[in-house]
Amino acid sequence: MDLPLVFAALMGVAMLAYVVLDGYDLGVGMLMPAAGREEQDLMVASIGPFWDANETWLVLGIGLLLVAFPIAHGEILGALYLPVAAMLVGLMLRGVAFELRIKAEGWQRELWNWLFWAGSTLASFAQGLMLGRYITGFEPGVGYWLFAIAVGASLCGGYVLLGATWLVLRTEGHLRERAVGWAKWGLMWVALGVALVSLGTPLTSETVRDKWFDFPRTLYLMILPALTIAAGFWTFSSLKKSDWQPFAGAVAIFVLAFAGLAYSLFPYVVMDRLTIWQAAAHPSALVFMLVGALIVLPFIVGYTIYSYRVFRGKVRGGEPYG
Amino acid sequence: MAEALDEALLLARFQFGLNIGFHILFPSITIGLAWIVAYFRIRYEATRDAAWLRTYKLWVRVFALTFAMGVVSGVTMSFQFGTNWPGYMNHVGNIAGPLLAYEVLTAFFLEATFLGVMLFGMERVSGRVHVASSVIVAFGTTLSAFWILALNSWMHTPAGHVDSASGLIAGSWLEVIFNPSFPYRLAHMLLASGITAALLVAGLSAWRLLAAPQDAAALKTLRFGARLAALLVPLQIVAGDLHGLNTREHQPAKIAAIEALWETEQGAPLVLFALIDEKEKANRFALEVPKAASLVLTHRLDGEVKGLAEFGDDHPPVAPVFTAFRVMVGMGFLMLALAWGSQPWLKDPPRWLLWTFAGFTFAGWIATLAGWLVTEIGRQPWLVTGILRTADAAGEASGAELGASLTAYVLTYGALLLAYMVTLTHMARK
Repeated sequence: MDLPLVFAALMGVAMLAYVVLDGYDLGVGMLMPAAGREEQDLMVASIGPFWDANETWLVLGIGLLLVAFPIAHGEILGALYLPVAAMLVGLMLRGVAFELRIKAEGWQRELWNWLFWAGSTLASFAQGLMLGRYITGFEPGVGYWLFAIAVGASLCGGYVLLGATWLVLRTEGHLRERAVGWAKWGLMWVALGVALVSLGTPLTSETVRDKWFDFPRTLYLMILPALTIAAGFWTFSSLKKSDWQPFAGAVAIFVLAFAGLAYSLFPYVVMDRLTIWQAAAHPSALVFMLVGALIVLPFIVGYTIYSYRVFRGKVRGGEPYG
Repeated sequence: MAEALDEALLLARFQFGLNIGFHILFPSITIGLAWIVAYFRIRYEATRDAAWLRTYKLWVRVFALTFAMGVVSGVTMSFQFGTNWPGYMNHVGNIAGPLLAYEVLTAFFLEATFLGVMLFGMERVSGRVHVASSVIVAFGTTLSAFWILALNSWMHTPAGHVDSASGLIAGSWLEVIFNPSFPYRLAHMLLASGITAALLVAGLSAWRLLAAPQDAAALKTLRFGARLAALLVPLQIVAGDLHGLNTREHQPAKIAAIEALWETEQGAPLVLFALIDEKEKANRFALEVPKAASLVLTHRLDGEVKGLAEFGDDHPPVAPVFTAFRVMVGMGFLMLALAWGSQPWLKDPPRWLLWTFAGFTFAGWIATLAGWLVTEIGRQPWLVTGILRTADAAGEASGAELGASLTAYVLTYGALLLAYMVTLTHMARK
């Protein structure tokens, strides 16, 4: 069995799960200032039972990178030292603000609300920046940094879209209507961002250019952008009439964008420098983990679905921890 | 060049130590508190007494906040393994990696998901499912302690590994996990967490009683915390003694540093206090109990205890290990005195006793941190005993990068810790 390939796939799934799941709760965090006080409480309540488990997917994704591709882990996180630190500070602030805003009153509550927003935004932007640096192989130069900054801004837009469509799914009345408006903004932002990354990556990387512009393969590959555009329209057109379709559409956009990125990168785990086979850990370690993962992951998926079923439907106010 | 490297190594160690020291504060509460909260929840289910429900709801809030602090500082940890110690993963990644992965897979998702059900789902699931969720959360926190302590213990007393072309790999995973110091360390840490949580419960209840003397629920939880501490502290003294005997067998240099014993002796004295002179390799103004160290460590008056001279330069710095150990043991005996001494007054506790408990709210932290300093500094200069030196595991992050991120971490941690402690005491007084 091709163990490095299996683990690359597992890591990809964990990262995708993280981006989609924590993406919607980071997006809700970024939308906080746009909402009124009571709406803010509902927004936070809608993500309350989930944010902690959502963030665990990041630990799993990074853990798998560390464990399955130890050399790549050192190289990637070494190159991303400062954006990683910024993201961690952001995640810390928002995770703690989540708890403390419930317990505080007056100006302190406002402060924690603000930190919840600031932490969410900082973490989202830093993640996009990391992604932008990662896909261009950490090349130095102003152009590459500008590209990474643009990816950072785009990912914020993507998370806002996920957060807004999540609120369409989980809230009702006035807040749902506002969320529809936010989702439209998010969608435009995402369209711009996806276009920018799709054009920017082949322009900055010869490897990516060769992979995508090679007739007749290019024709088959064009199905990805076509599906992404279709998912965008689906999201847009279903905003008024459906609760779940806009969120599903937003998730579809992320899955397709992820597939495109995965295709661009494969088989590299560090762009143009390390393939997954060169970076893989010893088979004895990989087999031991694979056994564990295959036994435990179905349970994780099972109780995650259970938890989403317990909290299905529209979120209402009321006492937290009730 | 060498100087710049040393500085980066020092910064990397300081940053990691800061992070791991900040992080351990919160698990050391939640591992124990999770079981206490689950107990409160079970009592409510069994009695349907509204007082138990109020108690549960108050303490589950404390638990949720502490758990969140642990999660966010723990996520940071998962990154710093790689950013600060790339050499660690390169050398022993095939052992350390899978243990960390098992912690995430078996424990982190479990506790995070069922914590959501526990905190927000009381109205949405049956009482039985809710009780089960609270027990699963407690089980998950203990399970994560199991895995991380297996890894930490392996770094102290490695076993079950074999050499290969790509570094160390596991020969027997059972021997890796159940390495010689693991059972002792696990018991020691679980008890430490139980005591830390018990004193937190007693301390915050005392804060509450100082503000509202008629609060019957707070009086009940004060007694509960004090009794739990009275039960656990003696058990901890036994566990600590056994752990010490195990350390003498496997890490004699650490014991020599703890005892500040420079030469090997039969019938070694127990140094109570001394000023350590690392340069001259001597103790100044030492206050000693003759033959007591041999008695404690070998349970014989003339047992042999190895001195630091046996290890050349490969021994840990003596002063911090010696001092931290005395802080830990000193706190332990203070806790014992408080937990046992307070029992006759618990029926109607006087204000001075309430103030004492309030002052001991976070006492578990001091002992736990001191204990970790003893064991981690005591392992130096090794990161993995006999296998990997700390200096060989440091990364290439520049001093400037480390300095900038360190500043950000110090500010964030300081602010969060302050907010955490203020919020808890404020909640107790409200």
